[in-house]
Amino acid sequence: MDFQVVVLAGGTSKKLVPLVSKEVPKALLPVANRPVLSYVLEQLELSNIKDLIVVVEGADAALCVGGWISAAYVDRLHVEVATVPEDVGTAGALRAIAHHLTAKDVLVVSGDLVSDVPPGAVTAAHRRHDAVVTAMICSVPVSGLSEAGSSGAKDKTKKPGRYNIIGMDPTKQFLLHIATGAELEKDTRIRKSILRAVGQMDIRADLMDAHMYAFNRSVLQEVLDQKDKFQSLKQDVLPYLVRSQLKSEILINGAPQGQQAKENGNDKVSYRILANASTPSFHELYALGPNGSAPVRRTHKCCVYIASNSKYCVRLNSIQAFMDINRDVIGEANHLSGYNFSAQNNIIHPSAELGSKTTVGPHCMLGEGSQMGDKCSVKRSVIGRHCRIGSNVKVVNSVVMNHVTIGDGCSIQGSVICSNAQLQERVALKDCQVGLGYVVSAGCEYKGESLARKEK
Amino acid sequence: MDSRRSSRAVIDPKVRQVGFFTSAPLPPDRTQSDPPDPIRSPPLADASSPGNSLSPVMIPPPRHPSDSLLRLPHSPSDAFPPPSPTTTTTSLGDFSDDVTAASSPPPAAARVRGRGSSVKQQGAASSFPGGGFEVPPSVKAPSSVPASGLTTVSVVKLPPGISENAGGSVSVEVQSDRALNSKPLKEKTSKAERRAIQEAQRAAKAAAKAEGIKTPAVTALANAKSAKSTKPSPQRNDSAVVVAASEKKGGDRSVEKDRKKDVPHPRMQYDDKSRVQKLKKRSVVKPTEARNRVELFRHLPQYEHGTQLPVLQSKFFQLDTLHPAVYKVGLQYLSGDICGGNARCIAMLQAFQEAIRDYSTPPAKTLSRDLTAKISSYVSFLIDCRPLSVSMGNAIRFLKSQIAKIPISLSESEAKATLHSDIERFINEKIILADRVIVKHAVTKIRDGDVLLTYGSSSAVEMILQHAHELGKQFRVVIVDSRPKHEGKLLLRRLVRKGLSCTYTHINAISYIMHEVTRVFLGASSVLSNGTVYSRVGTACVAMVAYGFHIPVLVCCEAYKFHERVQLDSICSNELGDPDSISKVPGREDINHLDGWDKSENLQLLNLIYDATPSDYVSLIITDYGMIPPTSVPVIVREYGRGQLWIYEECDPLASPGRCSDAVFFVDGLIFYPSQHLVLSFWFPDRPPSGLNNDLLERSDNFVTVAENGNFTNFEL
Repeated sequence: MDFQVVVLAGGTSKKLVPLVSKEVPKALLPVANRPVLSYVLEQLELSNIKDLIVVVEGADAALCVGGWISAAYVDRLHVEVATVPEDVGTAGALRAIAHHLTAKDVLVVSGDLVSDVPPGAVTAAHRRHDAVVTAMICSVPVSGLSEAGSSGAKDKTKKPGRYNIIGMDPTKQFLLHIATGAELEKDTRIRKSILRAVGQMDIRADLMDAHMYAFNRSVLQEVLDQKDKFQSLKQDVLPYLVRSQLKSEILINGAPQGQQAKENGNDKVSYRILANASTPSFHELYALGPNGSAPVRRTHKCCVYIASNSKYCVRLNSIQAFMDINRDVIGEANHLSGYNFSAQNNIIHPSAELGSKTTVGPHCMLGEGSQMGDKCSVKRSVIGRHCRIGSNVKVVNSVVMNHVTIGDGCSIQGSVICSNAQLQERVALKDCQVGLGYVVSAGCEYKGESLARKEK
Repeated sequence: MDSRRSSRAVIDPKVRQVGFFTSAPLPPDRTQSDPPDPIRSPPLADASSPGNSLSPVMIPPPRHPSDSLLRLPHSPSDAFPPPSPTTTTTSLGDFSDDVTAASSPPPAAARVRGRGSSVKQQGAASSFPGGGFEVPPSVKAPSSVPASGLTTVSVVKLPPGISENAGGSVSVEVQSDRALNSKPLKEKTSKAERRAIQEAQRAAKAAAKAEGIKTPAVTALANAKSAKSTKPSPQRNDSAVVVAASEKKGGDRSVEKDRKKDVPHPRMQYDDKSRVQKLKKRSVVKPTEARNRVELFRHLPQYEHGTQLPVLQSKFFQLDTLHPAVYKVGLQYLSGDICGGNARCIAMLQAFQEAIRDYSTPPAKTLSRDLTAKISSYVSFLIDCRPLSVSMGNAIRFLKSQIAKIPISLSESEAKATLHSDIERFINEKIILADRVIVKHAVTKIRDGDVLLTYGSSSAVEMILQHAHELGKQFRVVIVDSRPKHEGKLLLRRLVRKGLSCTYTHINAISYIMHEVTRVFLGASSVLSNGTVYSRVGTACVAMVAYGFHIPVLVCCEAYKFHERVQLDSICSNELGDPDSISKVPGREDINHLDGWDKSENLQLLNLIYDATPSDYVSLIITDYGMIPPTSVPVIVREYGRGQLWIYEECDPLASPGRCSDAVFFVDGLIFYPSQHLVLSFWFPDRPPSGLNNDLLERSDNFVTVAENGNFTNFEL
C-alpha cells in the first residue's frame, strides 16, 4: 500500500524513573508481563504490516530492544532497528532516519501506545483525503484508580488533566487547531483565516493526541529539513502543519490539488468534472479565487481519525499511566493481553505455586514460576515471573515485576516493584515505586515515595 | 399503484410480475433485464455476447490464483515515465475544433525497477544478537543529528504464504480463496490431462460446426468471446498460447465456460440466500446486511450504513494486492466523496492508469491474461464498495478489450504505454470530447428568454449552461433539488458565481415552477436501449410533469453510458442508499419522530438512488453522436456495442472527408457509415438527407434537426 511504518520506541524516559533504567528502557516495560512495545508490534502485525523500522534512543537501549525483538519476532516481522542519540526528540529521530524513508506515506507510531485501534483506519483516512498529515486522536483516559480514587496522591489528581485542546471542523474530519501541554499556559490563539474559511469549529478538551500519525513522506522530510529547530512531532511539527494549512509553504510534489492539473485543456476538464462531483472541503473553497476560477492559494489538509470510545487507546507516558494500563489490560481491556483468562477472571501460570489459604482475586496475573506463601492475598495486581513471595503478604493494585523477593508480612498497595528488588519482612508500601534491584529493609513503611539505587 | 401502471401500453403485465415476485426461490427470469432474445438473431448475439453485455452488474469472475500470490511491486517514482503522446491537433469541421489525436506514444524506453532493494542495504545489516550497533558514518545527515543506520533484527524467512499463515486469522479469506483456486493446479495427473485434451477436441468440433468455417478449431475454443470473424492475425497467435495454458489448467473448464456463455448471467439477486453467502465469502468489505428491507427491493444489496467504511479502513494493510490508487477510489466511492457517473468513471480509469503504470508482469505469465485478472480483482473490489454504474461497466469492458488486443509480441513497457494512452483516449474522447459535442448541440436549443429547468447536478448540463452563458444568451435557470443529497446546491453555487440568474427550488414545487419553464435539461446515469433514461431518483417525476405541461425534455447523456439492457421499471435494477439519510433531517434535531424506529418490524425505509424515466416523457436525447429521439437509442448501442471505440480521426467524415465519403447524414444529426459496415446503412443507404424517417419524426414531436453535409438545421414542428 506504499506505506512505511516507523515505531518510535523512545529510550529511557525521565518521566518514568525509577521504573526505567539502562537495562530496562521504556519500550520494554512490562505490561501484563509483556513489553509494552509488543502491543504496538502485535497490533501492526495484526494489520498485516510486516516491515517496520523501530527507532530507539540511545545505544544501550537499542541493544536491549533489538535483542528482544530479534528473539520474539524472528520469522514473524521484518524489523529494522535504528539508533538515534538521546534527547533528539521525536522529530529529531525521524530526521535521523529520513533517508531510509522512500514510500509515499509514512505511518509514525509511538512505541508506548497500547491500543486496539487498527492502524489501517488512520492510513485509510489519510489516503482518502490526500492529507498531508493525519493524526489519531482518542478520548482522554480516565486516570487514577476507579474505586479507590481517594488514595491517589496530590500530584496524581492533577496529572490526568493534560489539557489538550483540539479544534475540528463540523464533519470531524479535519484538524483545525491543536495545542498541548505547555502552550496552554498562555492564551490559545486560533487563526482567523481558518475560522473564516471553515465557518464553525468544534473545540474539544476531552480528546488527546494518541501519537499515531500518517505523514506524507515528502512533506514530512521537507518540514524536517527546513525547520531544524523542531524537536517534537507532537508539539512542533503537527501544530505547524495545522497552523499553516491554508497558506501552505510546502511544495507537495505530486500534489493532488490544482497545481499540476492545468497543462492542457482536457485534463482541466476532467479535473473539473472530478472536482464538481465531490463536495468541496473548505480547503478547496478557500483555495479558489474570488471568481471561482482556478485555485490561487495553496492549501494542504490535516485530517484526524477519532478512535471510537469502544476502543482502548492509552499511552504509557507516566507512572500513573503505567499502573492504569497494567490494570486495564488484565481488567477491562483484557482482549489486548492475548492471554486466556480463567474462570475466576485471572491468569495464573500453571507453574506458579500457591501456598495454603492464599487467594488470587479476579483481574490478577501471576507469572511463570512464581511462588507464594500461605495466607497471601492478591487483588487487581500483576506479579511477574519467578517471584518469591512469603506468607501473609497483601498485594493490592500493584505491579510486581520479575524475580522480586517479598518477605513475610509485607503489604503493598498501589505500588510498582521493579525486577530483582527485594522487600524484607513486614515492609509496608503505599503508592511507591521501587527501582531495579533495590532492597527495602525490614519493617520500613513508605508512602508515596520513589525508591531507587543511586546511579553513579 | 398497480392499476395506474398497467394502463401504460408499453408494459407487458406478465413480464412485470416477474419483477415483483422477488421472494420466489428461483432467480427471476432473465428476459426482463436482458436484450430481447439474443440467441435467435446471430449477429445481435455476437454483439451482445452475454459475458460482456451484463458485465456492469455481473459478479466478476473469481480471482485468478496468481494475483493473491504476487505482491505488487510499487515503484512510485520510476516505474515508467508518463508517456508523452505527440498530440496532433486536427480541425474537425463544425463538430469540434480541437480534437487531440492520441497517437500511440513513441516506444518509450521504460525502466521498470522494483523497490525491494532500498532500505536494507543502506543500513548496517548486521543481525542480532552480537551485531554491532555502530552508526554508519558515511550517510549524510540532513541536519545536526547524525544519521542513523538501520539494523535488521528480525527477518521473515518463510515464503509469504506460510508467513501469512503464521500471522493468524488475519488472512483467512485470502487463504481459503487461494486454496480453492489452486486445486485444479495440483491435480495435474495424466488422467486429467487426457480428459482435458478430449474435452478440448470435442468442444473444438462443436465450435467448428457452429461456425461452419475452417477456423483453426483450437482458436475457436480458446476464447469464444473473441472468436469473431474479423480477427487480426497476431491475436490468433495469442490465443494459441492461451489454449495451451487453459489445457494445463484443466480443459474441462473451458467447455463449461462455453456452455455458460450461451446463457447470459442473471444479475445477482440479493434475496437468494446461498448466493449472497457465496458473495460474502469473497467480498473484501464484509458488510452487515440491513434487516428491514422493503419487500420489493429485496433483490438489491443493502447494507447497514456505516458498517462498511470502518471495516474497509481497518483492512488497509491487508489488501496489499490492491493498488493504493484503486483502494483510494474505492474508499471515495464508499464514503460518497465521489459521485456522479462521469466523475466516478474518470476516477476509476485514472486509478487503473496508475495501477497499470506500476504493474509488472510476474514471471511465467503473459501480460494480457494476468493484467485482465488483476483488473477484474480491482473491479470486484470497487463493486464491493459501491455497485458499478453503467458508464463504469462500459469503461471496464473497453479496457479489458484493449488489454486482450495487445499483441503478445509487444514488450511490457510498450504494452503499458499503449494501455495508458488508450485510457487517456477513452477519457478524452468518450467523456470530455463527448461533453463538448453535447454542449455544441444543446446550445442550439437555448434561445434568448428561455427558462431552463434542470434537476440535480449533471456535469453535462452544467457545461451546457455555462457555455450558453458565455455565448451571451439571455436565459434563466431553475434548479430543482431534492433531499437527501442536495446536489443541486453545489451546482447552484457554481452557476451563481458565474453570473447566471438562477431559481432554486425543491422537487415538491415542481408543478408550480413548471409553468414558467420552456426547456428541461436532464442528465442521465444511463440510457437503455428501449429509450428509458436511468437517472438520479426524481428525474422521472420532473420529466413526467414537464410532459404534462408540454415542455420539451432534453436528456444529455454521453454515448458511452448507453446500454443495451431493456428496463421497464426502476425495480429490477437499482441501488439502495442509506435509509437513515431520509429519516433524519440534518440541522433539525427537533424532527426526530423516527428515532429508534428503524429497528421496528413495521417500518421499512426506502432510499432509492435511481429511477427509470419512460421514453414517452423524453423528447430528445443529446449525445455525442447528435440529437436523437429515444427510439434511436438501439442504433447507437448497436454501433457502439460492437466494442469499437470510435476514434474520431479514423472514421469521422468531418475530420477526413476523403476516407468516409459515403457517410449518410440523417435526421436528428445521426451520421452513418456504410463503409464501416455499421448496421444502420440498410435503413436509407445512400439516400439524400431529405429522406426522413417518419418513425423518428413522430417521436420527437417538438423539433427535428437535419444535418446536411455538416450543417445543422433545426426545424421546429
